[in-house]
Amino acid sequence: MEALGLLLHGFEVLLTFKTLSLMIVGLVLGIFVGVLPGLGGPNGVAILLPLTFTMDPTSAIVMLSCIYWGALFGGAITSILFNIPGEAWSVATTFDGYPMAQQGKAAEALTAAFTSSFIGSLVAVLLITFLAPGIASFALRFGPPEFFAVYFLTFCSFVGLGREEKHKTIISMSLGLLLTGIGMDTVSGQLRMTFGSDNLLRGINFLVAVIGLFGISEILLTMEERLALRGHAAAISPRVVLRVWKDLPRYWVTLLRSSAIGCWLGITPGGAIAASFMGYNLAKRFSKHKESFGKGRIEGVFAPETAAHASGTSALLPMLALGIPGSGTAAILLGGLMVWGLNPGPLLFVEHKDFVWGLIASMYLGNIVGLVMVLSTVPVFAAVLRVPFAAIAPMIVVSCAVGAFAIQNAMFDIWLMLLFGVVGYVFKKIGIPLAPLTLALVLGNRAEDSFRLSMIGSGGDLRVFWSNGLVGSISTLALVLLFWPAISGGFGRLREMLVGAKS
Amino acid sequence: MAGSDSAGASRQSPAPAEEERAVASVRGVEVVVSLLLAAFAALMAHDNWKSGAGWASDGPKAGYFPFYLSLLLGAASVYGLVKAILHRAGAGSPFVNRDQLRRVMQVLVPTFLFCLFTQWLGLYVASFLLIAGFMRWVGEIAWWKSVLTSLLFAVAMFVTFDIAFDVIMPKGPLEALLGF
Repeated sequence: MEALGLLLHGFEVLLTFKTLSLMIVGLVLGIFVGVLPGLGGPNGVAILLPLTFTMDPTSAIVMLSCIYWGALFGGAITSILFNIPGEAWSVATTFDGYPMAQQGKAAEALTAAFTSSFIGSLVAVLLITFLAPGIASFALRFGPPEFFAVYFLTFCSFVGLGREEKHKTIISMSLGLLLTGIGMDTVSGQLRMTFGSDNLLRGINFLVAVIGLFGISEILLTMEERLALRGHAAAISPRVVLRVWKDLPRYWVTLLRSSAIGCWLGITPGGAIAASFMGYNLAKRFSKHKESFGKGRIEGVFAPETAAHASGTSALLPMLALGIPGSGTAAILLGGLMVWGLNPGPLLFVEHKDFVWGLIASMYLGNIVGLVMVLSTVPVFAAVLRVPFAAIAPMIVVSCAVGAFAIQNAMFDIWLMLLFGVVGYVFKKIGIPLAPLTLALVLGNRAEDSFRLSMIGSGGDLRVFWSNGLVGSISTLALVLLFWPAISGGFGRLREMLVGAKS
Repeated sequence: MAGSDSAGASRQSPAPAEEERAVASVRGVEVVVSLLLAAFAALMAHDNWKSGAGWASDGPKAGYFPFYLSLLLGAASVYGLVKAILHRAGAGSPFVNRDQLRRVMQVLVPTFLFCLFTQWLGLYVASFLLIAGFMRWVGEIAWWKSVLTSLLFAVAMFVTFDIAFDVIMPKGPLEALLGF
């Protein structure tokens, strides 16, 4: 049990006054970010990232991941009390959470949401603790072709498995990959696509793009929809908490099922939203009281929240072990790691043991502290939503600008953020997904480098991606996923033909 | 379900027909965006062709990877363009109506001015102006509340970033006057 020893060491790294206070600051900021309409996990982390630039990497990542946990918890507050999902994956929570609040059982619903979030994350963190080191040491054998194949697999699974129209996913992804190419070419040192501009020389920073794409565009959308916030008040008493917890064992099947779904979907990219709906639907299908779902059944809160948090957390597994983020927020954390000069991927487990295990330990601790905090401070955060949006909107705009500027100390980046904000608004409205764009912006350079290194190694022979069993099976799987709709359609037709022939 | 609920709530207030009229259709915007993306792809493809999209003795040249990506982007946008033009169903669905556009502009224009002012006056003064102005004119909140809130916010930001966390923001004449 080497992992346990290392984990204990991680706790040792964490248990200092400074780290613990940063953890609490991070959680508070995160819950704020999760509660405010127009902000959520990914942009919250992106905007607050500059605060951590002057810290050492371990403190920084602890604070950032706590912002993330806080945002995950905060999303449930708005879903249940105001029927406004703070995040896309909290949508399923509103189905039963809001009716419960209407029936005056808001405290129960919130306790259920927080507790199940905690359980979901805990299962996923356990998975990370015991699986990540193994995957990382396996991935140490990877060369450039293997890495490119894994990146290719990530991109293909977005195109093949995404629900959006395929050409829109491809547009989003290729645009992101193109934008990362702007600036100095890392392999040859040549300038490209800069059109003689000094500002483009630095390249387009991924975080600037994300702050615009998610932060600014979300403000525009929120203004357009003119959200009227009318919510239910709630305070959680210890008695309610104990009552919900006493009932908890009855729902162990739902909790376990949702955790498993969440972990599985979290590791594959873009899964948290799907996980929450799947968790909810399966709980409904296997329940003896199907008709009471959607009318304020506590199980309908347990199921999606557990799944969403399990997947939100397990999305960090491929990020740590392979350097491939499983979600938008994981992508931003990955961007943060690169800012501090840490190279996410298998080598991280060898070269920066303290950092990795500090992070994993902070997941345990952050979740426990977070649970206690949200349970005790719900009324405060619910009150935040009563602050008029006209005061919150410009403050978010300013925070976005601060975040964008601080990354490279460039005024140009503030303008770029504004441009990306408009692009994000238009893209969201015509159904071009933003997740592939984000992913491409993070992985673009690494994908290109590994592609070119493998090309150099093989002398330009594309067969290098099928040169051994490992890389060959990853590449083949990538192609299968890319053409998955066609393949599954073909199988369906084949089965129809067979059935038709039989009868 | 949540979406339809909140949309329903926002439509409750009776608006004149003029306000509900669509300014642009989704289809129209899709056509414009596809054209812009295709043009962008063409520009990028041209530039990468110039920097070398072929092979050098030591492997692919700098423009190789982005060149083929711009071809992919171009192809996908042209496909989207053709599809948007040919696709009849749902052609009339509105992209944004007048009332919505007005509200979007209420944020977009001040944000633009904020960026502009940041260049001359520094970020803190610009953010004071943005928040106070937005609260007063868009939110119709009392003068003293708007000014006080934005002043507190700007000072808090200054203390957090410039003093506590050592993250330096653009500053203007006011900060120079105060000796920072």
